[in-house]
Amino acid sequence: MIRVQRADFDIGAELDALTRDNPGVGGLCSFVGLVRDLHPDARTPGSESGEGRAVGEVRAMTLEHYPGMTEKMLERIDTQAHRRWPLEASLVIHRYGRMEPGERIVLVATASAHRQAAFDSCQFLIDWLKTKAPFWKLEETPDGGRWVDARASDDTAAARWGRDDWAAE
Amino acid sequence: MQILYFAWLKTHTGTGSEQVEPPAEVTDVAGLLDWLAARSDGHAQALADRQAVRVAVNQEYARPGDPVKPGDEVALFPPVTGG
Repeated sequence: MIRVQRADFDIGAELDALTRDNPGVGGLCSFVGLVRDLHPDARTPGSESGEGRAVGEVRAMTLEHYPGMTEKMLERIDTQAHRRWPLEASLVIHRYGRMEPGERIVLVATASAHRQAAFDSCQFLIDWLKTKAPFWKLEETPDGGRWVDARASDDTAAARWGRDDWAAE
Repeated sequence: MQILYFAWLKTHTGTGSEQVEPPAEVTDVAGLLDWLAARSDGHAQALADRQAVRVAVNQEYARPGDPVKPGDEVALFPPVTGG
């Protein structure tokens, strides 16, 4: 199941609903992505400006997305996960709109009879989501808005799951 | 043909979407990007670095040689940064 929404979500309630009434579930894995207060480039010694602020400090973030294609891509990634692993249930919730540091952006949860499928598919979902789902982050910093650049390490993380066999069928 | 711009491409072009009618010789993604780049300075700036532009035709990722035709929805955006 996938959901794209502006509102926050309750992790406990979501995980509970995912496995309720399914005694076949023996393991549940979840990943939660949060808004960080620092841009990765700012994490260097001596990068602090006046008033104790780090250069590049993120005050808030706005997630833009491509309605329609976002849901299509998330559905496809979710379908792929179910093809690759024996999952009892899965859930991807991705938020859009403005969020402040500490707020939840994304939840990925997978449930299976045994832990390995749950661990692996959870990682697969977040790795592929990061490289395929059309979301873009605009950071608000003391110097103005800044679009976040894609990271090569995300492509590397997604690539380890092998063939890019997720295109339209 | 409906063109959608996201993230900094939208900033450069000054619009999130526009309806266009490219000439008949524009038949693929690469040709469409060349034609769009000539529409304004902002478009040229948005499309200056083609390596940094991703394209989706009718909500499917597309490559430079993939076909485009009247009625298509073509989205142009930077590499994605969700999650």
